[in-house]
Amino acid sequence: MSVARSTAVMFRRQLRGTLRKRVYLAVGLAQPVLYLALFGPLLGAFVEQLGANPYTLLVPGLLVQQAVIGSLFVGFGLLRDMQAGVLDAQRVTPASRWALLTGRTLYNVLDAAVQGLILVALGFALGMRADGLGTVVGFLLVLLLTAAFCAAGYGLAMTLKNQQTFGVLVNAISLPVLLLSGVLIPMSVAPGWLQAVSSVLPTTHIVTGVRAAFTGDITSTAVLAGLLWTVGITIAAFSYGGRAFARANQ
Amino acid sequence: MIRASHLRKVYKNRSRSSPVVAVDDVSFEVAAGEIVGLLGPNGAGKTTTMQMLTTLTRPTSGTAQVSGYDLATQARHVRGAIGYVSQRGSASEDSTVGEELVDYGMLHGLSPTDALARGRTLAERYRLDDLWDRVVVTLSGGQRRRLDIAMSLVHSPRLVFLDEPTVGLDPGSRASLWTHVRELRDTAGLTVLLSTHYLDEADALCDRLLVISGGRLIADGPPAQIKRMMGPDTLTITAASETELPDLLTVLTEATGEKPEVSGLDVSVRFAGGTGALATVLARIDAASLATESVELRPPTLDEAFLALTSKEVTA
Repeated sequence: MSVARSTAVMFRRQLRGTLRKRVYLAVGLAQPVLYLALFGPLLGAFVEQLGANPYTLLVPGLLVQQAVIGSLFVGFGLLRDMQAGVLDAQRVTPASRWALLTGRTLYNVLDAAVQGLILVALGFALGMRADGLGTVVGFLLVLLLTAAFCAAGYGLAMTLKNQQTFGVLVNAISLPVLLLSGVLIPMSVAPGWLQAVSSVLPTTHIVTGVRAAFTGDITSTAVLAGLLWTVGITIAAFSYGGRAFARANQ
Repeated sequence: MIRASHLRKVYKNRSRSSPVVAVDDVSFEVAAGEIVGLLGPNGAGKTTTMQMLTTLTRPTSGTAQVSGYDLATQARHVRGAIGYVSQRGSASEDSTVGEELVDYGMLHGLSPTDALARGRTLAERYRLDDLWDRVVVTLSGGQRRRLDIAMSLVHSPRLVFLDEPTVGLDPGSRASLWTHVRELRDTAGLTVLLSTHYLDEADALCDRLLVISGGRLIADGPPAQIKRMMGPDTLTITAASETELPDLLTVLTEATGEKPEVSGLDVSVRFAGGTGALATVLARIDAASLATESVELRPPTLDEAFLALTSKEVTA
């Protein structure tokens, strides 16, 4: 049995579900637009302190935010499938457990890519200054991060099996990422103690790396650090997610 | 087809200090071509037993051979050889009937062409061909159940597990589904293990019943044998009027040695004698010049047998 074929089936199923729910599709696509439209002007008031066009800072930050927080939330879809018996039906087939995970994840990466492209295009339209190649590198880094956090979200959902518990945990992870990683506002403007706390979080280094890539500085240590953290998280997340899918219910 | 030996499943319970034993030392066999019912009240361990045998849940201890494959070491082969319909359903609400049949065919390793051909055949057999392009969310409960069963058959398994297949269905859909379950065995030659807590369903469909309560197997046999385990028949005689009741009670007590129960004008008593002894009882009623409206000798129902078996288990 082909792992690729099972992966393709799972990818197609996810894509089809989204295309049938046009309202969700519209809301999903509108989200980055709303962030740029409603938060960009606020950030614009601090151009001098930030030392850059607000959209040059905001777009990479929003991409990472979407890759981390948005991706973890995919676990809710899996929990819905679990409750509806759909997941059991799939797990009783001989299809590869990896295919069940990666097929879903690949769709999520496509979804994130479409939203991300809209975000980047709008960013450029609103005055973002970014290097072409650097933008591509930063974007690819974000897509890898998306895959990692989707795998982690699915793994957590498989482990917890409960929407409420899953929701609490995802919020517990999201809040520090949102507040301490410099996603919306760079941590360079934060007080020293907050910067020290922030530097502990891998996502801080990833946000910094993606921002550096967007400026075209793709050989910098910031980009390398962001890449290494992303690759490390990806390996850990897929190992965990893969095991969670393969494991029989305990 | 199934050989389960000393299956046991213990769940760790985070909110209680002691673990929960869902299935406790269950052993049974299912032969090819049988429809076997796993019968028990809610929480008896039916679904856990099914989930262990379908590789969804790992047994804490015990072994099982399913379709000739070892459950612990050949789980993937087991999955390729069985069909499974969970009590919550199988089909995704976002897909159409045709998409579900083709997708599951492909997840079972069929090529797109073969999956489509097999899906069309099953759609026709389960009266889903007119619904091929309908999105699942728009189907009725009965239609969805037929789709669930069709999906479980895309890879032509020889053994099918149906976990409470008629829960939530109206009587018409339920009767229709019973026909399809019988056809699985009679026409396609499949072996079926189905769980249910509907006793009429178990009685009507199953060649053999496994009664499970509190995680333990407490009876194994054909429905008629399970009913006989309940004990003798019940003789009910309806008196013509209230004035006949005291004498009727006396006659029945003397004739059967049992204490009758009275409900309205009905007097019921456990009666082990069969039709031969019944003639004697009726002769004594006649000799006492008692007027009666009707006489009924009824074997125990599966409901009574089940309640008797499971209550023994609870009080033991």
